Amino acid sequence: MKKFLSGLGLFSILVAWLIVWTLLPWFVILGLAILLALWLVIGRSGRRALSVTRVGLSTLAERLGSTAVIVIGIAGVVGVLVALLAMGEGLSATLQQTGSDDTAIVLRGGSGAESNSVLTRDDIDVIEQAPGIARDTQGKPVASAELVVVANVPRKSDPATDANVEIRGVGDEAWQVWPKVTIVAGRKFKPGLRELDVGQAAQRQFVGLDLGKQLKLAGQEWTIVGVFASGDSHESELWGDSKSVASAYRRGSSAESVTGRLASPQAFDRFKASLTSDPRIKVDVSTTRDYFNKQSEGLSKVIRVVGITIGVIMAIGAIFGALNTMYAAVATRAREIATLRAIGFRGLPVVVSVLLETMLLALLGGVIGAAIVWLVFNGYTASTLGGNFSQVVFQFRVTPALLWNGIKWALAIGFIGGLFPAMRAARLPVTAALREL
Amino acid sequence: MKYFHLIWSALFRRKARTIFTLISIVAAFLLFGLLNSVRVAFTSGSNSLAGNERLVVASRFSIMTGLPESLKSRIAAIPGVQRVGHENWFGGVYQEPKNFVFSFAVDEDYLGTNPDILLTPQQREAFAQTQDGALIGEALAARYHWKVGQKIPLQSQIFPRKNGDKTWPFTIVGIYQTAKDAPNGIDQMFFLHWKYFDEANLYSQHEVGWYVVKLADAKKADKVAHAIDALSANSDHETKTQTANAFNASFAKQVGNIGLIVEAIMAAVFFTLILLTGNTMAQAVRERIPELAVLKTIGFSNRSVLALVLAESILLLLLGGVIGVAIASALAPGLAKGSGGMIQLPPIGASSWIEGIVLMVVIGILVGALPALRGMRLKIVDALAGR
Repeated sequence: MKKFLSGLGLFSILVAWLIVWTLLPWFVILGLAILLALWLVIGRSGRRALSVTRVGLSTLAERLGSTAVIVIGIAGVVGVLVALLAMGEGLSATLQQTGSDDTAIVLRGGSGAESNSVLTRDDIDVIEQAPGIARDTQGKPVASAELVVVANVPRKSDPATDANVEIRGVGDEAWQVWPKVTIVAGRKFKPGLRELDVGQAAQRQFVGLDLGKQLKLAGQEWTIVGVFASGDSHESELWGDSKSVASAYRRGSSAESVTGRLASPQAFDRFKASLTSDPRIKVDVSTTRDYFNKQSEGLSKVIRVVGITIGVIMAIGAIFGALNTMYAAVATRAREIATLRAIGFRGLPVVVSVLLETMLLALLGGVIGAAIVWLVFNGYTASTLGGNFSQVVFQFRVTPALLWNGIKWALAIGFIGGLFPAMRAARLPVTAALREL
Repeated sequence: MKYFHLIWSALFRRKARTIFTLISIVAAFLLFGLLNSVRVAFTSGSNSLAGNERLVVASRFSIMTGLPESLKSRIAAIPGVQRVGHENWFGGVYQEPKNFVFSFAVDEDYLGTNPDILLTPQQREAFAQTQDGALIGEALAARYHWKVGQKIPLQSQIFPRKNGDKTWPFTIVGIYQTAKDAPNGIDQMFFLHWKYFDEANLYSQHEVGWYVVKLADAKKADKVAHAIDALSANSDHETKTQTANAFNASFAKQVGNIGLIVEAIMAAVFFTLILLTGNTMAQAVRERIPELAVLKTIGFSNRSVLALVLAESILLLLLGGVIGVAIASALAPGLAKGSGGMIQLPPIGASSWIEGIVLMVVIGILVGALPALRGMRLKIVDALAGR
């Protein structure tokens, strides 16, 4: 009964500590680490703990196999977790960078994504003339009515099957509405011609999008005359003149969305109010930042949930692996620990030394896992289906925050895996352990 | 079998260690169970018999481009075509956007092309008689507690009605059952009349999304597909005809190379697992060397000591693995429900179980091999003397 209660107590302390641990910012943890180091070097029992730890570490080489279980097990958890989260991070960053506060996008009411929306020519005129939209030097509103269609183009990595590539028909003002989009090779398409500019990311990902090549869209030949870069989700697209695209896809004079540059970020409220109160049209107005944030929300949430679920299950496996190893280590060192206790060492240095040993091994595993993921996956290019039912090309982003997160997981696993064996070591009955020859 | 008791007690000689190792194995195979069905669904899963007997005829230009309705009779006239139906994506949601309903506008012939949808003659009749009628799958009905005869408003994310309203009223006329080995998701669908859809929607263009062709003979799929594509070659509505399996697979691939991601995760998991259980087995055998020597002394052959140790490690893996996959099969439906349909996990089928058990045995042999060899090569005298 007493044993059970103390076990329960230990377990609840552990859970509480884990919750606190996940919330701690990096500087608090750094502070804790410095405090621990100071105690180890200066404190009386700290120095003892340090020397016991040294003895423990010096025997590591003899039990290489079981030590590797901790290190590699934790490296695996951290690697998989960080890689999956880096995928979600990359996808949402690519989408979110597309938006800004000083441009607004208008869709038909309740459409959610561009591919669901339709705006007639009359709607477009009303939207472009609304107050709040910036005007260029000739007094024309800086707004682009855009048409989104998809085309079947095979991926380079899998030329046998088609992927949905987004073709965006844009107005003359598009280059001012989306200033991040800059031509890096060739030239801009000419209005009225069947010419396309391709995004750099799309060019790398899909077959046959090189400068000067012909691409068959809706049964007609289009020429690729330029390559653009933007560092956001536009790079996954092919841009052409909206009128040419509309005629090829028999869309008449309609468009899917209108994106306008606002006179200032503050002008958004005025712009939105004037459109939502206009009885002639029924539209949704949002800043492009809001729009693209919403686009990234669903998918990156799924990736996060999946990543953490897999991480937790793997971590459970790793914790029990670590427990096994450390219990075995304590058992083989039982006599040595009992000797220490017999000559006057208290329980604390013993507990600290076992915990420290496990956590150092865990840290090593975490660093190895994080380093491998960073080397292999940082900048790794992938693509998935985005909101417009077309491919969004993105790169994995192994951010420092994710790496740090991985290390935190590693230390938490090490802590749990080391705590119970450490308690066992401290509670070893001295006489029995010494007698065990 | 007569040594089962011996193997069992050897396995649980050190209870804590074996249980800890078992939990690690359970965790690994829990992941295997959850992920393998996803992998199968995204890679080789689309190889059903029914999917090879059906062709999907879609626009060559893109899946979002429609095809003229007039193509139907011309496809039906091609030899080898048993039946032609067509579908349009309706894009329905119920009450709010997150309640997504897989809804399609279909013609009367479509239902006859899909052998996975089981309809009674009464349901067919009721559907044919009701202009705003809808046939829904069992799982969908259960999800929203819909009953036959109920009126359901469904919003289309894409198509407004003639009056500009995007909410379409439907009457549920039948809840269909699905064939036993139907692919995941068929029981989640919502079918409405194409004619009603085409006449009532604002952009009525007499367009269909794609055609579904039931073949008289699955072996003639290529020939029929070529003949169908030839109908519209060089027109403004060129088609691309694939088997339903190939069509579904190309969809799955668009989401990303899920198969590869899952395989990479599983490789990491099993690599760690092999190391971990290998370590446990090595420890277990090292501790028991004198006991193994005693076994040999009383007449166990080298071979049987090898077999005993191998059997022990295979038993360890099987025990943990079966528990893990069983937990996964119990958990999978709950996970799908808990995520609000965001994560769809296919049920864990017989193939996953078989693959899992093969994996357990193979890993068991792998991690048991070295310790078992060590046991086999023991010299009795040395082992008993503790050398």
